Amino acid sequence: MKKTLQERLAILSDAAKYDASCASSGTTKRDSSRSGGLGSTEGSGICHAYAPDGRCISLLKILLTNFCIYDCAYCINRSSSNVERARFSVEEVIWLTLEFYRRNYIEGLFLSSGIIRSSDHTMEEMVRIAKELRTTHNFRGYIHLKSIPEASQHLIEEAGLYADRLSINIELPTDSGLAKFAPEKKPGNIRKSMGDLRLQIEAANDPTLQTKRRKKFIPGGQSTQMIVGADAASDSTILQTSSRLYGSYSLRRVYYSAFSPIPDSSKNLPLIKPPLVREHRLYQADWLYRFYGFGIEEITSARPDGMLDLDLDPKLAWALAHRGKFPVNINRAEREMLLRIPGLGTKTVKAILVARKHRSLRLDDLGRLGVSIKKIKAFIVAEGWSPHSLIDSADLRAVFSPKPEQLTLL
Amino acid sequence: MTVAACLDTAANYDEWRNIAKAMLVDNVPPKEVDWNYQARDSGSLLDTLPTTRSHSAVKVITVPKEFVPLAEKVICHSNPQRFDLLYRLLWRLQSEKKLLEILSDEDVVLAHKMEKSVRRDSHKMKAFVRFKEIPEPDQLSGARRKFWAWFEPDHFIVERVAPFFQRRFTDMDWIIATPKGSAVWDGTALTMSRDPAVKLDTDDATDDLWRTYFANIFNPARLKIKAMQAEMPKKYWKNLPEADLIPDLINTAEARVQAMRERQATMPPVFHERLQAVVKTEKDKPPEAAGSLADLKHQAEQCTRCDLYKNATQTVFGDGPENADIMFVGEQPGDQEDLAGLPFVGPAGKVFDMALDLAGIDRTKVYVTNAVKHFKYIPRGKRRIHQKPNMGEVRACRWWLKKEIEFIKPKLIVALGATALTSLTEKQQRLSDFRGKEFPFGAGQKLFVTVHPSYLLRIPEEDMKHVETEKFINDIRLVKKLAIAS
Repeated sequence: MKKTLQERLAILSDAAKYDASCASSGTTKRDSSRSGGLGSTEGSGICHAYAPDGRCISLLKILLTNFCIYDCAYCINRSSSNVERARFSVEEVIWLTLEFYRRNYIEGLFLSSGIIRSSDHTMEEMVRIAKELRTTHNFRGYIHLKSIPEASQHLIEEAGLYADRLSINIELPTDSGLAKFAPEKKPGNIRKSMGDLRLQIEAANDPTLQTKRRKKFIPGGQSTQMIVGADAASDSTILQTSSRLYGSYSLRRVYYSAFSPIPDSSKNLPLIKPPLVREHRLYQADWLYRFYGFGIEEITSARPDGMLDLDLDPKLAWALAHRGKFPVNINRAEREMLLRIPGLGTKTVKAILVARKHRSLRLDDLGRLGVSIKKIKAFIVAEGWSPHSLIDSADLRAVFSPKPEQLTLL
Repeated sequence: MTVAACLDTAANYDEWRNIAKAMLVDNVPPKEVDWNYQARDSGSLLDTLPTTRSHSAVKVITVPKEFVPLAEKVICHSNPQRFDLLYRLLWRLQSEKKLLEILSDEDVVLAHKMEKSVRRDSHKMKAFVRFKEIPEPDQLSGARRKFWAWFEPDHFIVERVAPFFQRRFTDMDWIIATPKGSAVWDGTALTMSRDPAVKLDTDDATDDLWRTYFANIFNPARLKIKAMQAEMPKKYWKNLPEADLIPDLINTAEARVQAMRERQATMPPVFHERLQAVVKTEKDKPPEAAGSLADLKHQAEQCTRCDLYKNATQTVFGDGPENADIMFVGEQPGDQEDLAGLPFVGPAGKVFDMALDLAGIDRTKVYVTNAVKHFKYIPRGKRRIHQKPNMGEVRACRWWLKKEIEFIKPKLIVALGATALTSLTEKQQRLSDFRGKEFPFGAGQKLFVTVHPSYLLRIPEEDMKHVETEKFINDIRLVKKLAIAS
């Protein structure tokens, strides 16, 4: 008997949940006040709900089908798994997107798919969904499409006209890891599609001779995801891969997804608790690289095994390993150095730079700017405050290390 | 002595501003104003204003431009002190012009805190309003559908946020009802009411689909309850159709994960075996021998003779006709070549094309390749910085270059830069010893040496750049002559 829409929604959202990307931000601003249609994107994304896994639910994240001819060990939809299989029709995905959107459950659609015999057929259906949402239904919400590997160039180009973002997952940080766990995926082809997308984005951004207007082509850019903890790659390897991806393909985001047990899992993979803290540290390191002027080597050189310290955030770990650079005078130091002080974010640094023009800042001024005095005081000099030997004390690390807690089995 | 300043509405900036201005003109210090709304019974606003005070001579009230947007948000806060705080800021701003820049000042801090709270509440309203459809018994197709939502904001934000919903849900009629006022959109006008509304109990069948989605998108192996509650505090739960699933999802999570772990690996389904059989026959095919230049190019795509393939996008093989008389050899692909998969298409390629053009050489008739076929670089933020290939890499890639020469059999080979020269002559040489001259090469072929066009791009000084570019163009003109002669 054919499964009901609700049953298939259950299967095809369960199948989609291991993709961490949920962003609905970073695209062009637009709304329906002129078109009289449905939908808007106004800069920052909106998370319409949170699941108990702490992840934001912003988009309707589903697969068109979870039938797949690939056998990627880490994936719930791999061909050797006995999970239930289902597929949506083009019309069903459109209907679900619009009805969910009308009730303000979501910002838009994130559509991916298993790889069935013909990549082009799958990609064609995905493009048709995006196209009909935009043209027939006058939908201006967010659309993120996953590129199907090996799909024809012209379909990717067409997808880019309707989607806000396209992505293809690199999955694992090394080619050898991918060869082991995802034998059918070709790392070279993944890089090639990212390169093609970057060229297309740049070509669309070049104003033509006739008009200054730029063509619309995935205004939300491209992103990718790496699975953390399925293979033996170190944090240093992972972050180096990220920096390469950011530099090479102008990715908006690299997502890190802690490898997590899946139903009917492959016996070739570790039965681990998902390394959530590690995932969190990688995101912090990624931020330090992109917004705080840190080099990857600086972040990962503290330990010989290339792993980040799980107990401390990477900025604090760097500061503790480079105590000679502290204390930093909060009233005089340059922006670059302020950004390296543990406990100061980019916004606070901006506020400090403005505020210190008018008066010399004291510890309690910083407190009012929302800074944790406890965290910062060993690293700074402020009006009326000097840490003296606090920065050199041997047990400074202990001050920041988390309290030991009872571990659960597994 | 205190002066009563009575406001009609809870969060109307313009109303507050008019009274505050009048107070300021009258020199009423903040401590003496007693702000409240709803308490006024009758009479015009100005009646309540004191008249006994001495007006300061023609007072011009100025505020920095950041004040208005800040005050427009702060006034929506439900804290009864908001009017007072804003007046205090206004008062102080008359003498302390830069007050708002002192982000550590107590009043400024408080204003920003309240502003932040209003912003957050507005953001959560955009996120957590849930529309339910009001079914119309005989809805004509194409008629506007009707929805309504109940929401309980912390602050007086309905008027602020309603235009967002108008811009977004333009093609449907809707009502957002809250205890702090309501907004109604009918396709032509957005109407506000400041009266508290009452909650209706209605059902929408689509909520069940949404609940199905919510339950299944949750990953039980990564329970992070605090992270969820930080962003979706419990106070919002009672109006979210999905929220009553949460306790059960949390309670059963561990058992579900445990069950996943304990389950024995199952036998793969039949279609998997069929797929694997296909993969196996493809793998068992013997590797093809390079019978043509196209085969060679195809083989080079899989090259792992050195480590450069790991970080590059693709092999950038030579490009041009198999019967070309001239073969140009550069150093290695750059950023653009790496993305496009073609040699000399980036900035250096433009210089190269320009020189060929001036010398009267048709690029489509020559073969263009590189000594090293993968891009070597280090990432720096959003760009890639070119790195010179080392001897090992040049040596590893020479294998391909030799094969290319064997297939093309060019009469003249042009080395562009030192790396190409090194690769072709198989030893490290000084470019200046060879430049602009012709040497016998291989079996009756000739080698000509000049600089790499990217060298010209790196010369900072304009005059020097001009001289060197002319020199390069002359070299390429010489290439044309040599090619005709041979």
